[in-house]
Amino acid sequence: MKTLILKTASNYLLPVLLVFSVFILLRGHYLPGGGFVGGLIAAIAFVLHAFANGLAKAKDLLKIHPGFLMPIGLALAFLSGVAPVIGLDDPFMTGLWFPDPFPVIGNVGSALFFDIGVYLVVVGVTLTIIFTISESA
Amino acid sequence: MLTAILLGFLFAFFLVFAGRFFKGKLAVVSALIPLSLFIYFASFIPRIASGEVVSKTYEWVPSFGVNLGFSLDGLSLLFSLMITGIGFLVYVYTSSYLKNHQYLDRFYAYLSVFMGAMLGLVLSDNIISMFVFWELTSISSFFLIGFNNTSEASRKSALTALGITGFGGFSLLAGALLLGSMTGTYSITEMMTMKEALAGHEFYILAVIFIFGAAFTKSAQFPFHFWLPGAMKAPTPVSTYLHSATMVKAGVYLLMRFTPVLGDTNFWNTTLIVVGGITMLYSAVHTLFRTDLKGVLAYSTISALGILVFLIGLGSQGAFLAAAVFIIVHALYKATLFLVTGIIDLQAGTRNVTVLAGLRKVMMPVAAAGFLAAISSAGIPPSVGFLGKELTYEASTHSTGMVILIVAAIVLTKILLLYAGFVAGIKPFTGRLPEKFTEAKMPDPLMWVPPLLLAILGIVFGIFPALIESYLVKPVVTALGKDASDIHLALWHGFNTVLVLSIITIVVGILLYFILKPSEKLENRIGKLEPVSPESILKKLTYFFGAFSKFWTNVFQNGYLRNYVTTIILFLVILVGYIFIGNSRLVIDHTKLSQITAYELAVTIILIAGVFYTVFTRSRIGAVAAMGVVGLAICLLFVFYSAPDLAMTQFSIDTLTVILFVLVLYRLPKYLVLSDYKMRIRDGILSLTFGGLISLIALQVLAEPVNSDVGDFYAKNAYIMAHGKNVVNVILVDFRGTDTLIEISVLAIAAIGVYGLLKLRVKSSDRPN
Repeated sequence: MKTLILKTASNYLLPVLLVFSVFILLRGHYLPGGGFVGGLIAAIAFVLHAFANGLAKAKDLLKIHPGFLMPIGLALAFLSGVAPVIGLDDPFMTGLWFPDPFPVIGNVGSALFFDIGVYLVVVGVTLTIIFTISESA
Repeated sequence: MLTAILLGFLFAFFLVFAGRFFKGKLAVVSALIPLSLFIYFASFIPRIASGEVVSKTYEWVPSFGVNLGFSLDGLSLLFSLMITGIGFLVYVYTSSYLKNHQYLDRFYAYLSVFMGAMLGLVLSDNIISMFVFWELTSISSFFLIGFNNTSEASRKSALTALGITGFGGFSLLAGALLLGSMTGTYSITEMMTMKEALAGHEFYILAVIFIFGAAFTKSAQFPFHFWLPGAMKAPTPVSTYLHSATMVKAGVYLLMRFTPVLGDTNFWNTTLIVVGGITMLYSAVHTLFRTDLKGVLAYSTISALGILVFLIGLGSQGAFLAAAVFIIVHALYKATLFLVTGIIDLQAGTRNVTVLAGLRKVMMPVAAAGFLAAISSAGIPPSVGFLGKELTYEASTHSTGMVILIVAAIVLTKILLLYAGFVAGIKPFTGRLPEKFTEAKMPDPLMWVPPLLLAILGIVFGIFPALIESYLVKPVVTALGKDASDIHLALWHGFNTVLVLSIITIVVGILLYFILKPSEKLENRIGKLEPVSPESILKKLTYFFGAFSKFWTNVFQNGYLRNYVTTIILFLVILVGYIFIGNSRLVIDHTKLSQITAYELAVTIILIAGVFYTVFTRSRIGAVAAMGVVGLAICLLFVFYSAPDLAMTQFSIDTLTVILFVLVLYRLPKYLVLSDYKMRIRDGILSLTFGGLISLIALQVLAEPVNSDVGDFYAKNAYIMAHGKNVVNVILVDFRGTDTLIEISVLAIAAIGVYGLLKLRVKSSDRPN
């Protein structure tokens, strides 16, 4: 599947879609969005790139195997849950928040890190499955 | 205290990385771990002896009342000291016994995990965490029994042991949950205050049966005893540590721990006396027919465990005192005998007691250890074993009801155990040294000092019983809920019935030793009874279970995806349909329905067209694309009814699904007739029924009265408690964040599964034939 139009478009679409996915991830706490949808959009961006430029190119672009994103994401989500236990002797998964909102991002708390973990796992899982199937089918 | 328990686990984890430094001469250094723990627990002795109970609670999930509670009383102190003390000697011994073994680091890691788990088990006050540690001891025992993993017999024994003790763990969990729901707490200390209420509870018998199930399997009581002789396939240090001194006593510990909670009822006492009595006699008789030293020791261990259960069943202050002393006695002499056996095995190359003789000439200190242990095991003064035996007889003669029978059983058992102790501790060292053993050498001091130390302690405690009286024994009796203030241990009790019984035991036992020689003929004779033994019966049961599972699996797991889907859907339709037909009240309230708008109508028409195209098209890609259309039309409906989060997710998922399908279908051959007319009709009917049922359920849900409490709670608190305005996302990452954490773990597992299935295929050339 090599068409010039798709190929050219995908080169521009990849960064745009990735930025969009992060945007969706960050706005999740206040408006529709979140780590799960954000992760799916990021995965779609890479899949689109793979469609247009071939799997090898997309893999080169990622540098590491997408499977590695899964443990990283899981660890991040887990740590955001454990942080209150270790830091403050609070129960597992207690929400921790910075008192003042950050510019651009808004309020930052442990839930945001948890959502980033979800985002990474979703990207990792989706890309691992799709890359594996398309390589071996 | 938590650090003390976790130290074993941490060391095991550390060995994963630094194991190779602990394989050579440094191996003995690892014994510092149990030694430091022993010193730590010994420092509690004065506080516990003064009647204090040291407890520590760590909050875990306070909202559900699940805490990590540890408490150190007399009973757990005795066990902790045994675990770490004998542990230390076993660690030292192993460094020489398994010198330069390829997997020595692994062995120490398993051993450390076991030690940590065992400490956790005896220190847990929370019955749930106790269960977790209980299972960990079973698992580490499995790895240690199967340590010689190239031998099939080892692997089988490990599996049997895991099966039996795993069953017991299951029973413990059931008992724990039942007790938890009966008392409303998982803390054993709190349960003790509700003893009366528990004894009268309608589920009392059931709870006791569950606890018994756990204790009897772990402590190898009849008819679950047979895993223990099999477990002797493990290296000797393991047999010493797990299968004689500590782990098998976990069942006894459990019974003692629950005596103040569930004890003192007719059912409790009678069952324990009967089961303990049968076990101690049955396996004591078995020792007569064994020629393998470890076999003799295994059966005499089972017998000793039977005596302990029996004593707990008697339930008097005297019986608990006897049990407490006997635990110490047994740990000292049985560990010695096992360690001695290990030395004999290593130096003489055999454990066959019919050929072993005269070894004192080559290894005098080992012979001394064996001799002293045999004396203690026989209960000959001045050993501590004599003390234990006197107290046991004392308790039996004061039992209520059937005194003659009880005394006869215990005396007979003790006579046979004396024989077993002599066979294991004296027989290999006396007589003329056969030609073939002249090559045997004196072992390394690291090996003979530990058993000798234990054996000497057995005599020292006998001569100076005050050493253990107020520090170890009395606190145990107190922990079991009896007054211990009038206890006084002494070797000489005056001339009474008990002393007469003692003399009879010793004389008859020694006569038996000189008359009856262990021989293979005897062993073969008992072998004929094998087909009716519990072990063979269980093996047959396991075989049938396996055959049935295979048949069942073949029926359902036939490898055709379409059959799986059909089965699942059919099952769901029948189950849900059955419930639904009985309870449905389908009322559609027309007044509440909103006006249908033009764009809704348009989307619905597209949706229906998509469905028809999917079903009737002949092109696979076409069908997939049409399914995508259906999905997107549903997305639009979500948008119309203000569920943007759902719509966004559905949209992304649909895109990815279509991509996945295309990727797979792209590679398939162009056209194939996959189903005939009849199959299509059948599938059509199934799909229509299922779809219809789901629609009916959706309508039914609308007719149900809406409970808005939950929704209101989330809507109200999302911003106040979790600083978020998007309620859906706040629920996902905060209120129900643990669910999400588990869900993403499942996702990751699924991805690993896909990767494994497709990438890690065994090449046909590497496949074993």
